[in-house]
Amino acid sequence: MARLQIRNLEKTYGNSFKAVHGINLDVRDGEFMVLVGPSGCAKSTTLRMIAGLESITGGQVMIGDTVVNRLQPGKRGIAMVFQNYALYPHMKVRRNLSFGLRLQRASRSEIERRTAEVARILEIEPLLDRLPKELSGGQAQRVALGRALIKEPKVFLFDEPLSNLDAKLRASMRVRITELHRRLKDEGMPSTVVYVTHDQTEAMTMGDRICVMKDGRIMQVADPKTLYDRPANAFVAGFIGSPEMNLIEGRLEGSTFRVGDQSLTLPAELMDRLRGWSGAARLGIRPQHLRLNAGPGLRGRVAGAEFMGHEVVLHLDVAGTRMVAVLPAADYAALDRGAEVTLSPEPGCAHVFDGADENVSLPVLN
Amino acid sequence: MADITTAIPATPVPPREIRAARLQAVVRYTLLTVVGLIMLYPLIWLIGASFKTNSEIFGSIGFLPREPTLEGYVKGWQTSTPYTFGRFFWNTFLIILPKTIFTAISCALVAYGFARFEFPFKRVLFATLIATLLLPNVVTRIPQYILFRDMGWLDSYLPLWVPSAFAGDAFFVFMLVQFLRAIPRDMEEAARVDGANSLQTLVYIVVPMLVPALISVMLFQFMWTMNDFLGPLIYLSSVDKFPVSLALKLSIDTTEAFDWNRILSMSVLALLPALVVFFMAQKYFIEGISAGGVKG
Repeated sequence: MARLQIRNLEKTYGNSFKAVHGINLDVRDGEFMVLVGPSGCAKSTTLRMIAGLESITGGQVMIGDTVVNRLQPGKRGIAMVFQNYALYPHMKVRRNLSFGLRLQRASRSEIERRTAEVARILEIEPLLDRLPKELSGGQAQRVALGRALIKEPKVFLFDEPLSNLDAKLRASMRVRITELHRRLKDEGMPSTVVYVTHDQTEAMTMGDRICVMKDGRIMQVADPKTLYDRPANAFVAGFIGSPEMNLIEGRLEGSTFRVGDQSLTLPAELMDRLRGWSGAARLGIRPQHLRLNAGPGLRGRVAGAEFMGHEVVLHLDVAGTRMVAVLPAADYAALDRGAEVTLSPEPGCAHVFDGADENVSLPVLN
Repeated sequence: MADITTAIPATPVPPREIRAARLQAVVRYTLLTVVGLIMLYPLIWLIGASFKTNSEIFGSIGFLPREPTLEGYVKGWQTSTPYTFGRFFWNTFLIILPKTIFTAISCALVAYGFARFEFPFKRVLFATLIATLLLPNVVTRIPQYILFRDMGWLDSYLPLWVPSAFAGDAFFVFMLVQFLRAIPRDMEEAARVDGANSLQTLVYIVVPMLVPALISVMLFQFMWTMNDFLGPLIYLSSVDKFPVSLALKLSIDTTEAFDWNRILSMSVLALLPALVVFFMAQKYFIEGISAGGVKG
């Protein structure tokens, strides 16, 4: 367990392509940090630079108080879980687990003790004498997890560890990993984790904090609730949350937001947050935060509805823009395709993004 | 569903079609057997003739000896030199053993380097290596001979296996590089995270995954060395150091009237090791040369 600090980290490849643009990130001792972003956002490259599998072309990586830029991966005090498990195919599970310890020339009793302990924690005791090819995906992933755990590293690195599993197993492994992190903390062995994923559900459910990345830059680092409620920019707003946040192009003039020939009077609460800002803007409202026919709002036409049982996802056409609203299932019966409706944001839940996609409606934090 | 199954009754295949299919199979297999036999006949004849008397060998084309005799084996084994054929087999073994082992080690090291590391002039060096594949062997014979003569290595086994200990066989390096390219790097990265250095990664992780390819390499080297005639002919002059390939030729040289049954008997024995080794390692051999299909 240790703190991980990343200072102005850069990665430039031989063909002068810059993948990572001087990012800064602090992962606290014992924290579960998730790096999330669309493919190609350099989240895996960043993780591999922390691990030492990719060379660092600028900036610093510090684990604890040590700058590890030039250290070999084995000397950094890290352990890594790979996407496709990367178990050694010719070694039985037992040897897979203890390979690192044997390289460190740990004593036989020490190796046996730690193997037994890890096997107990991950419930893989019956698998110890099997070869990796005799394991199912979930079992192989647990062994891979065990191989990281047995090293008692300062920092755990996960590179999309669940993306090879089917949906059901992924959900249960997600819970298992989070529980393990909590349990280690309770047992006095808090572990610092950096977890890479492209799946926002994984990010939201697992991370203490989440670092959203795009094109080799950090968009926002915050806890899941802050990311959801107060996205720093339009990218984070669109990336976090499902269905995606509606972003409506328009113009803010005083307390009126104009979209095409329609105008929406913004609530006083939002005006407070905007502190007099005006100009070309995008109004962001989550589908879950739209209210139907509740007083004045944007007029739209129902283009389609998806009935999900407990709720209904409405696709609407508002002044030429597609919008999505998630409503309670009870509202479903009253709706027809082509019906005219008015939409208004729930108080406190709308955002305004400026021309540079920055959220200009964040409340001032004290 | 029930309607459908009852509506379309299983029509029996007409007996004429069954007969035609059988006839086709018979023709096909007969043709294959005949051609196969024709191709194998020299080998079958060789084995049969090794049990014939000298006078009978050229008397008939048939391979079954009229009066089977072991004379060829007994006399052939004794040879016309002070040494038995056992000595020549041992000599062959003394060349093959270091050669195959060092080939495997050196080629694995070099292939690992080319397949997994970035270093200056890598492309040029690899191109040079591949270019030597296209170089006819004869071109380097004379300079090599002079080099080894000046090093005082003539009439020893050193010129026969030392070049292999420095990955001199570009073909094997190329084969292993191709095989390595098909193996994902994750396992090696996991090993590095586990604290293994490059050499430990090679020994503990890469080599076990390379085993099928290494076995093919060793088999090829075994067979080529076993069959190599020119190398020993150039570098070895003392009869007591001759390998099997030279010893076979020796029995033709030294006697006035060739005892063909001795030569044939010893040829049969010379074939055996390669055959036995091949059949033992067949499974890996096929796996190794079909490198592209390796699953990660």
